[in-house]
Amino acid sequence: MDLFTIVSIILIVIMVVSAIIAAELKDLISAAIALGVMSLVVSILFFVLQAPDVAITEASIGAALSMAIIIFAIKATKRWEK
Amino acid sequence: MKRVLAAIIAILIFIVFAMAFAKVPFGDVNLEDYHYYNPITNETTQDSVPNHYLVEGKNDTGSTNIVTAVVVDYRGFDTLGEVTVLFLASTGVGALMYVEEKKKRKVKRANAVVETGAKLLFGFIILFGAYIFVHGHLTPGGGFPGGAVIASSFLLLYLAYPKFHAEHKKLNISESLAGLTFVIIGLLGLLIAGYFLYNFLPFGLPTYLFSAGVIPIIYTAIGIKVGSELTGIVDAMMGVRE
Repeated sequence: MDLFTIVSIILIVIMVVSAIIAAELKDLISAAIALGVMSLVVSILFFVLQAPDVAITEASIGAALSMAIIIFAIKATKRWEK
Repeated sequence: MKRVLAAIIAILIFIVFAMAFAKVPFGDVNLEDYHYYNPITNETTQDSVPNHYLVEGKNDTGSTNIVTAVVVDYRGFDTLGEVTVLFLASTGVGALMYVEEKKKRKVKRANAVVETGAKLLFGFIILFGAYIFVHGHLTPGGGFPGGAVIASSFLLLYLAYPKFHAEHKKLNISESLAGLTFVIIGLLGLLIAGYFLYNFLPFGLPTYLFSAGVIPIIYTAIGIKVGSELTGIVDAMMGVRE
């Protein structure tokens, strides 16, 4: 196994685990942060796969802006999922 | 029971995707392996669309970044639609979150470290966003990520100063002017060469900042437009105005 495969597998495992955490958590702000972690890992994965354009877009929109907007929306409603 | 069903459906969708992607050649630079089946003449040729973009893209558009060449030049009309979708989304958020009576809410001041850091970083983040969209035809990036970076600098200000809010009139003016620039350049192409969004300016030398004709102008307009729209969305979502 070369370095590329090892890095890809580690990133994919982190991505899937953080996505499952985001779906399972009852605390919505923590879930939003887990979603942001997933976006960041996806953007690193895009960069590893030689798509830097998509990586920049994913990092700025997915990890920064949309997470902030989700957190504002949670602040306006309720923090805990029933 | 519901969760088991959801897991089974997710796994099924994953298997379908994996089967579909298994046939795509991954990271293959050997262009001769691409085969294009033409259903009209019933022939299989090696002259495929990705091949054309990779080989002829620089001569066709003057842009060294092929992704930008596709987004702004080959599919420029599609990008106009994309920008319109974002504009409609921003309008929708603004219409839904509009608060007529400005509530007087007691807001806590942010940490001194956050305030000073925001003051220091704000200009640099805007500069970086402008760099991303001005160099869209040379380096990875372009109007959409550049605009998002600019909006995130405003987000930093919103987080550091709870009383701060961007002026809607200025956002409206910059957003409308940028959209107008895009459409006017498209119409100029229609007037000069007979095609909407035709690249009518001289290409110049590749890898130079002033090259690729209208692509940098359009991407700058898109960057300003996306930046003001996303700032408007952040402003609407914050909802804290005095």
